[in-house]
Amino acid sequence: MSAAGMVQTTYREAVRAAIRAALKADERVFLMGEDVGRYGGCYAVSKGLLAEFGPERIRDTPLSEAAFVGAGIGAALGGMRPIVEIMTVNFSLLALDQIVNTAATLLHMSGGQFNVPVVIRMATGAGRQLAAQHSHSLEGWYAHVPGLKVLAPATLADARGMLATALEDPNPVIIFEHVMLYNMAGELTADAGAVPIDKAAVRRLGRDVTLIGYGGTLGKALEAATALAADGIEAEVVDLRTLRPLDTATIVASVARTRRAVVVDEGWRTGGLSAEISALIMEHAFWELDAPVGRVCTAEVPIPYPRHLEQAALPQPAAIVAAVRATLGR
Amino acid sequence: MSEFRMPSLGADMEDGVLVEWLKQAGEAVSRGDIIAVVETQKGAIEIEIFEAGTIERLLVDPGTRVPVGAPLALVRGAGEPARPAVAEATPPMPKSEPAPAPAAPSRPVARPIEARPSEATRDRTSPAARQLAAVRGIALAGLVGTGPGGAIVRADVERALAKTGAPTPRRGIDPGEMRKAIAAAMARSNREIPHYYLTHQVDVTATLAWLEALNAGRQPPERLLLAPLLLKAVALTLRDFPEFNGHFVENAFRPSAEIHIGTAIAIRGGGLVAPAIHDANIKHLDELMAALRDLVARTRAGRLRSSELFDPTVTVSSLGDRGVDGLLGVIYPPQVALVGFGTPASRPWVVGDRIGPRMVMTASLAADHRASDGHRGALFLLAVARRLQEPEGL
Repeated sequence: MSAAGMVQTTYREAVRAAIRAALKADERVFLMGEDVGRYGGCYAVSKGLLAEFGPERIRDTPLSEAAFVGAGIGAALGGMRPIVEIMTVNFSLLALDQIVNTAATLLHMSGGQFNVPVVIRMATGAGRQLAAQHSHSLEGWYAHVPGLKVLAPATLADARGMLATALEDPNPVIIFEHVMLYNMAGELTADAGAVPIDKAAVRRLGRDVTLIGYGGTLGKALEAATALAADGIEAEVVDLRTLRPLDTATIVASVARTRRAVVVDEGWRTGGLSAEISALIMEHAFWELDAPVGRVCTAEVPIPYPRHLEQAALPQPAAIVAAVRATLGR
Repeated sequence: MSEFRMPSLGADMEDGVLVEWLKQAGEAVSRGDIIAVVETQKGAIEIEIFEAGTIERLLVDPGTRVPVGAPLALVRGAGEPARPAVAEATPPMPKSEPAPAPAAPSRPVARPIEARPSEATRDRTSPAARQLAAVRGIALAGLVGTGPGGAIVRADVERALAKTGAPTPRRGIDPGEMRKAIAAAMARSNREIPHYYLTHQVDVTATLAWLEALNAGRQPPERLLLAPLLLKAVALTLRDFPEFNGHFVENAFRPSAEIHIGTAIAIRGGGLVAPAIHDANIKHLDELMAALRDLVARTRAGRLRSSELFDPTVTVSSLGDRGVDGLLGVIYPPQVALVGFGTPASRPWVVGDRIGPRMVMTASLAADHRASDGHRGALFLLAVARRLQEPEGL
């Protein structure tokens, strides 16, 4: 306890606390995935849970994403509340058929008879020199699919609170945890719990431009906002939190105040989530705009392995600052 | 202190040239006073003020083109203390800059107000700036942009107070300009308004006989024409049919408590306007006749008042005694109805069980289906016909 009611923690510990609380609260909840048990999770999120909850509820799976995601969907149909962990979004492509063709569509295909209350967690993003097959940000693809909810916790409170709300959802929810956030440290209230998953959040108020980020790019947007403030440019920072469905009202309200927007997305620019947000702003706030919507995205390359190239490919605060200046003409 | 602004004298008006001031700074004005003359596509219009006070300052020099909504003068309300000149809060208006004479003989009617500056400037005006400029009637031409690439942004518009324009010499009605104004308004009407049309033949034999008897004892200048009867019959009937009297704006019909009848007046040499006869429902027939004579004279002289142009809540178009059987009108937006009257003509007509010659006139209704339906339209037209047939009640 560092202050009254505040606990020093990390993003990783907050996710673990969320899983532990869910396991305790509802016996239908179990965790399943590669290395989640004995190894404690490839990002050590589930460390200690096997000892605490046993192999029935912390289940190591074979290396077949299609199989264990499919098993999770089946368990959900059977009345369980599975949390399925996929190591990275890159590997989720092997389970794409299960997620998109089955989890997202069954409610529709069954005429509303079968809902699929599965929660799928996966790591996303670059920055750990894991190269092009472990570093991509494909959450925008999932945000394309009706039938899914897509969450991107960027703060400790959301890491701690989104899972519980997701488990209450009668339909499939995918949670993207950015790999660079796991070590993020900070304080959280001791009684932190469930949070809403249908609203974006304004993380910093400003009058000159709206920076729109989520997950791994929220911190970079906030960093850029701090740098801009030193030059008298007040950037508002919106954390999307939920990538599907997008909270259009919050985005539009902020842009209507600032009249400028820069979207920061670790996905690629072409056909990406940033394009969707830019289009939403065009549709809902065109007459409020004082400048074209700016985008700072990952370079259109497979994420490189060498550190300097990897960093050069990713959205960085300096690029965000430059994009903001372009919208302001100064 | 309030701003006296360039009024909109019709849905299609974007700007007007201030021709002359009829009041000067320091002069007292009262509601309804004509304080300026503005040149529009419809000719020179006398602009009225609708508050009492004292002209504090004239903001625009004669010859300046001013967009709708832009301030023309500052008016100090009655009882408000005069402001010392040094404490002026409003920055002075930019002086009118003589712009090069237009190269083309005419300019397009639907010209956006910022269409004058260089291409580069026009291409670099933010949506927010355009929106504010449109709402506030501020011209973008000549503004210095401070946004990206020199774009005019909202802050630049906020700093601006008015635009300057090329001085235009005063002139009477320009038939070419009027044609364009009519084209724009009527094209908009047929594009936006889902018209429906109803016609009804009215036996006006008794009405014309009543009129003839009335006029028999009058000198020619005092004689009534049929037109004021038509106006009055429509005006009285509209009290019971509010869905035909008002304006359709911002996707909603707004009925009007007052009944101001736009009266279509043809102009010699082509063109027409439909200025309002105000409160037609409470004017006597003689008053309506006088108003009509005055309006026709001033229309043809090109001296209409601002309120007459923007006030009409409905239009009546009558073909008089040298026209054809009937007309199907084009509604003048944002109004929602146009009542038409053809020329009365002698026709074989069944009266009782016999056929005899009667004076028959075709009344028509063109109405906006967004505001009313045909059933009510038919009841309205029947009620107008009944009133016409009982002229002593008008």
